[in-house]
Amino acid sequence: MGAWRSYRLRLQRKRWRIRAFRKRRELAEIANRTAAIKPKDILVFSTLRNERIRLPFFLKYYRDMGVNHFVIVDNNSDDGSREYLADQPDVSLWTADASYKRARFGVDWLNWLQLKYAHGHWCLVVDPDEFLVYPFCDTRPLRALTDWLDASSIKSFGAMLLDMYPKGPMDAQPYREGQDPFEIASWFDSGNYMVEKNSKFGNLWIQGGPRTRAFFYDNPERAPALNKVPLVKWDRSYAYVSSTHMVLPRGLNLVYDEWGGEKASGCLLHAKFLDTFSAKAAEELERRQHYAGSHEYRAYHQHLKDDPDLWCKWSEKYINWRQLEILGLMSKGNWA
Amino acid sequence: MTVGIVMLVHEAFDRAEQVARHWATHDCPVVIHVDKRVKRGAYSSFASNLSDLDNVKFCGRHKCEWGTWSLVAASQTASEMMLKSFTEVCHVFLASGSCLPLRPVEEMVEYLGDRPMTNFIESVTTEDVPWTVGGLDAERFTLRFPFSWKRNRRLFDAYVRTQRRLKFKRRVPPGIVPHLGSQWWCLTRQTLSAILEDPEREAYDRYFKKVWIPDESYYQTLVRLYSTNIESRSLTLSKFDFQGKPHIFYDDHLQLLRRSDCFVARKIWPHANKLYDGFLSNAAKLMTGAEPNPGKIDRIFSKAVERRTKGRPGLYMQSRFPNEGWENGQTCAQYSVFEGFSELFEDFDQWLNRMVGARVHGHLFAPERVNFANGQPVFSGALTDSPDVRDYNPRAFLTSLIWNTRGERQCFQFGPRDTQDLNWFFAKDPNAQISVISGAWAVPLFHSNKNFSDIRREAARLQKIEAVHLEVLRSFYSKARVRIWTMAEFVDNPMEPLQTIIDEIGARSPNRLAEAPKMVSLDGFGQFLQNLKNQGMQPHLMGDFPAGSDPVNNPRKPRKPYLVK
Repeated sequence: MGAWRSYRLRLQRKRWRIRAFRKRRELAEIANRTAAIKPKDILVFSTLRNERIRLPFFLKYYRDMGVNHFVIVDNNSDDGSREYLADQPDVSLWTADASYKRARFGVDWLNWLQLKYAHGHWCLVVDPDEFLVYPFCDTRPLRALTDWLDASSIKSFGAMLLDMYPKGPMDAQPYREGQDPFEIASWFDSGNYMVEKNSKFGNLWIQGGPRTRAFFYDNPERAPALNKVPLVKWDRSYAYVSSTHMVLPRGLNLVYDEWGGEKASGCLLHAKFLDTFSAKAAEELERRQHYAGSHEYRAYHQHLKDDPDLWCKWSEKYINWRQLEILGLMSKGNWA
Repeated sequence: MTVGIVMLVHEAFDRAEQVARHWATHDCPVVIHVDKRVKRGAYSSFASNLSDLDNVKFCGRHKCEWGTWSLVAASQTASEMMLKSFTEVCHVFLASGSCLPLRPVEEMVEYLGDRPMTNFIESVTTEDVPWTVGGLDAERFTLRFPFSWKRNRRLFDAYVRTQRRLKFKRRVPPGIVPHLGSQWWCLTRQTLSAILEDPEREAYDRYFKKVWIPDESYYQTLVRLYSTNIESRSLTLSKFDFQGKPHIFYDDHLQLLRRSDCFVARKIWPHANKLYDGFLSNAAKLMTGAEPNPGKIDRIFSKAVERRTKGRPGLYMQSRFPNEGWENGQTCAQYSVFEGFSELFEDFDQWLNRMVGARVHGHLFAPERVNFANGQPVFSGALTDSPDVRDYNPRAFLTSLIWNTRGERQCFQFGPRDTQDLNWFFAKDPNAQISVISGAWAVPLFHSNKNFSDIRREAARLQKIEAVHLEVLRSFYSKARVRIWTMAEFVDNPMEPLQTIIDEIGARSPNRLAEAPKMVSLDGFGQFLQNLKNQGMQPHLMGDFPAGSDPVNNPRKPRKPYLVK
């Protein structure tokens, strides 16, 4: 990469940081418990809207994994999410009533809070329907991973978004509060992913999975991106560019090996396709606050009317991380 | 007679304390060196926690940095103190704060007591070391390394390059032969004191101060001067990854460590409670008397290194996306591409399916849809039959298909009507077995009921595409197993080529082919080609077909459906 391009990316990174600084005014503090964050704590950052029913399991999942503190931006929920989160002892909560879209889908808000509170911490940026799975996650806490990454001088950890879906119509099994969503949405596509390199930001661009198969089969270039870099040893000079798909400086996007080897990676199990989905899709279609004119939600809406089943004969049932690693969706790298 | 433990500690003091206490309470005196960069508060609380044990001592502190002399200086200071303060010590064992004894201390003492004159230290000449990282092995001893590798990597590298260019060489002191090995050793009092009390020590020290990573070479080299009784292996189980960093042990390694029968392992993750509780408790003391056997652990870790450096061939995913030429296998298994066969034979797919134990697809790259075997709309790995998705990234489509069906050979048809983006990919892939009957694409045109002008246009188009395709297959870069027959050649004698292909794939039965696929009727095909020529198009890929009216020149009976050879 030439010096000019490198300089341009630096300017871009600064721009996102300035933007985050400006957008800080949109955040209203509800419960700030960040004083309790200790130097080596692992933090989760998240933006959400009306996810009350998912929250208990979400918090439990990451607490069990060893996350010490949650920093959450509530985008104008009216289902009790705000009150519930404000009561949690390890959650710091902000609300934002402004436009989700104009905060670049929450990225600006989180960039600001990360700039302020995540410096020097391992920090995981996930949505409330994303559940991190990493090698040995059944026997080793998240700190084992971050300690290993630290020892190996690795600053970021990639985890591909893996869309999970139930067998049969999406609303056949209602999701109960506190339930493991993967008891219902326990199926996934094991081998229809398409990878390309984004030479500008140095990240991989991954598409595929059930969404491409069922909603974007005639228009695959518009299918949503699945590549993510959710776990980063944060520095206040970093900035996410678009969701957690890309981060600057671009070296952090290099979570893959280009010389034939495999780096360690995980998966973000995506519990989007539950019975809550159709209501959400309808609402988001109304709000038009999502990426690219919410075309994604339009496509879902259109296809789900006719045939709401994502399951097919070749769907794979989720067992554990070892299964994902054998299938080649994630890798242990040289972590043994 | 006992074993003295020299411990180098710089972090995780609670664990270091636990281990030091374990050694000390089992009558092994301990001398601890704490990195000088550790804050005073942390140091003093660590020291005071161990002050109840009179066989634990703290020695003078050095500022330690990886790869530098400071680590040797630390072990020297601590060893001197050990030899002076604890006269009953016969062997001195160098350990770190993250080492964990895996077997009862008594057993280790006994083991060493049975070998009172043996030095356990890995010591290998530089020519024979396979594991040095970064290409610095013999040069460790002949170059200078004034810059920190951790903090000033660029300066470090630049200085090494400059010295190489200038052919700079340091002189190795006379009498010593450079040896390398694991920095965790166990030496006898006799040998260690000989090293530390040597009148030449100052000269040696001066030399080794400028050697790169002297803790892997100082004792390993000098021990050769004073002892002939050397077991060139370390008693400490310690595995390194491809960058030279030690692998870390976690709770889930418990059984593995138990079975290894090694005396001490490093490095243990400080939060691995199960390991610390399991190995330091007095309950689980089994005297096995076995020789250390790190084989199983070796295998696991060398596999991990291989995964990190070579990866799984044919896999493209979020953390493995090799640059062109670095794939280590473009696809993960062999597959067969058939071109022109399904055009020439009526039931080629079914026939092939009967002959070989493989999955036979139709034209996977057809423009209308992906023709998976049995017309399935979705195939292994949930690949869809959408041609848009396939053509969006044909390489991902093919590599995923081959990856998803590991263990089952894939065969598919291909032709000039299909998406041609993978021409070079096929040609360069040694896993591809490509069999071409050139010009056979004309047969469906011959049988079609289109206007002749349309047929002529289509024939010209397909011929052009196939000509390019064949050129690629025949190119100098081609690595696939390519077989090309002209249609005329093939029709003349179809059994032999078929037999070759089937043999290569691996037939269901080892016998000769008993059954041939049914060839479509070619009566009038020669005339058809002649008509194309008459219209000004030159069909050249079919070979020399008996042109003109074949009934006159070559009165042929209708082919029998099955040919038994």
